[in-house]
Amino acid sequence: MLDTSIDRAARATPPAVARRIRGLSDRAIAWIFVAPSIFLLLAVNIFPLIWTIRLSFTNFRVNRPNAEVEFVGLKNYISVLTNGDIWLTMQATAHFLIATLVLQVLIGFSLAYLINKKFRGNDLWTTIIVLPMMLSPAVVGNFWTFLYQPQIGLFNYAVGFLTGTDPSSFSMIGDASLAPWAIVIVDTWMWTPFVMLICLAGLRSIPNSIYEAAECDRASKWRQFWTITIPMVLPFLMLAILFRGIENFKMFDLVVQLTGGGPGSITELTSINLKREAFEKWRTGYASAYAVILFVTVFGLASIYVKALNKVKQR
Amino acid sequence: MSYSVTDPSGRQKWIAATLVTLYAVITILPLLWIIGTSFKSPSDAIAYPPKTLFTPTLEGYVNLFTTRTRASEEELKTLGEPTTWYDRIVRRDGFIIAGPSRFPERFTNSIIIGFGSTVLCIVLGTAAAYAFSRFKVPLKDDLLFFILSTRMMPPVAVAIPIFLMFRQLGLNDTHAGMILLYTAVNLSLAVWLLKGFIDEIPIEYEEAALIDGYTRFQAFYKVVIPQAMTGIASTAIFCLIFAWNEYAFAVLLTSGTAQTAPPFIPTIIGVGGQDWPAVAAGATLFLVPVMIFTIVLRKHLLRGITFGAVRK
Repeated sequence: MLDTSIDRAARATPPAVARRIRGLSDRAIAWIFVAPSIFLLLAVNIFPLIWTIRLSFTNFRVNRPNAEVEFVGLKNYISVLTNGDIWLTMQATAHFLIATLVLQVLIGFSLAYLINKKFRGNDLWTTIIVLPMMLSPAVVGNFWTFLYQPQIGLFNYAVGFLTGTDPSSFSMIGDASLAPWAIVIVDTWMWTPFVMLICLAGLRSIPNSIYEAAECDRASKWRQFWTITIPMVLPFLMLAILFRGIENFKMFDLVVQLTGGGPGSITELTSINLKREAFEKWRTGYASAYAVILFVTVFGLASIYVKALNKVKQR
Repeated sequence: MSYSVTDPSGRQKWIAATLVTLYAVITILPLLWIIGTSFKSPSDAIAYPPKTLFTPTLEGYVNLFTTRTRASEEELKTLGEPTTWYDRIVRRDGFIIAGPSRFPERFTNSIIIGFGSTVLCIVLGTAAAYAFSRFKVPLKDDLLFFILSTRMMPPVAVAIPIFLMFRQLGLNDTHAGMILLYTAVNLSLAVWLLKGFIDEIPIEYEEAALIDGYTRFQAFYKVVIPQAMTGIASTAIFCLIFAWNEYAFAVLLTSGTAQTAPPFIPTIIGVGGQDWPAVAAGATLFLVPVMIFTIVLRKHLLRGITFGAVRK
């Protein structure tokens, strides 16, 4: 170990002394460094949030700037919550969330487990598997509509080839029973690598010595998997679920390009529904109330989830 | 060579390699299909069964960069022989080139907004991250809350007030507006990632520099920045990829001058049905740079993805 005189001097000087010498300029620098970021975050993140809350109590419409803006109290909130369509939208979102999370966790964890076997070339394959999640969801979604074409699409052809059904007999995007799966498949294709990478980080954080000790105690592989691997990866897995859950709750770009919410409104997720209200019907006040309700829902669910996550971590 | 009892056996490795390879091949197939389709002629693109072997043509790319009008036989004859290779491709199908398309403009917008917001985000983010890492700053503990809260709101919901605010400030459909917006969206995550990287640099280095008579600011850019370069680079890649791929804000807040490529590419339609090779050509030009980036910089990227999440 090299122990230079600078290092020794640095360690001998308590940080507090160094800080006291230049105390004033430190504080100034801290403010200069942080202020622009805080300002931008307040202007673009916090201020709009407050504005949305204010708008949600009015009957303001962007396309009628000259109309008188009235304070309508909770009317917008009541009409959002009593609108049957919104509950259908919420249901579609919930189905989408559950299906994608289950698939991505199962496939993502399995892949991470396999890659962690450290076979030759695992680095290359990992990179290839990761590619879809780095791409633009809108462009990818648009292109998947081509792969999903009833006769000429690669997806339909592959399904037809493997199962023997006629590739022009079904339309992933056009059939009401298949459209929800169409978006689940593309989302899973795109985002499984994210879950995989986080699981891989979890698996790699488990020290080998634990398995060696278990091996000495003659624990079976099966038992090692359930009593060592799963509990140690669980906090990582839960984190991946949190991120994917939040992302998919606000899913917009991929599905807009893929199905546009159709057929009918079978795949109309909350973000798409909200966009219709806000930017097609221009019901700004109503849409703001809707946005606030969504925010409170995600925030509430996420807080409960984070509490559970912290409990798992502490164990 | 030493073996551990916990090393996977050769057979296990073989099974794992087969399964992972199979999944990787299935994953990459749609991407290869996009690239392949961009070199097909429109009739090859919609052939049944799907063609894997075809004569490559640049027709998709020509259609992507030009607008065309249909011309009759006589008109084509009066024009004489085509002078360029792209004229030849277009006239073979009975069209003449009317002018350039909007694609180059949209692509340039993507580059300007992507790089502009990345640079701004890194400059602001590195400074803020340094302060958060080394000083007692208010809001320090709320940083995570910022990240999560900005990510919980669907972009569509945030877009309503931003649309109004930008209209008030004259920022709607401008490069400056989109750069500021993407910077703000990326900033909290960038600060969080960068803070992690700067936390890893031993504080002793700077204290030694301070004792040697450097000012705080000199210590920051002569000692800390060079040490944090890897972290800054991988954070920059994240900001760039996000801005490059973003769709929701772009489609809601831009229409003409500042529109980026993601909202534009799906609107490419040919004469008589969607021109799939042209769409594929646009998608290829837009996606392939990111793929190359990912493959070349995989070490930093993979670390970055898990880092940001795992440190939470």
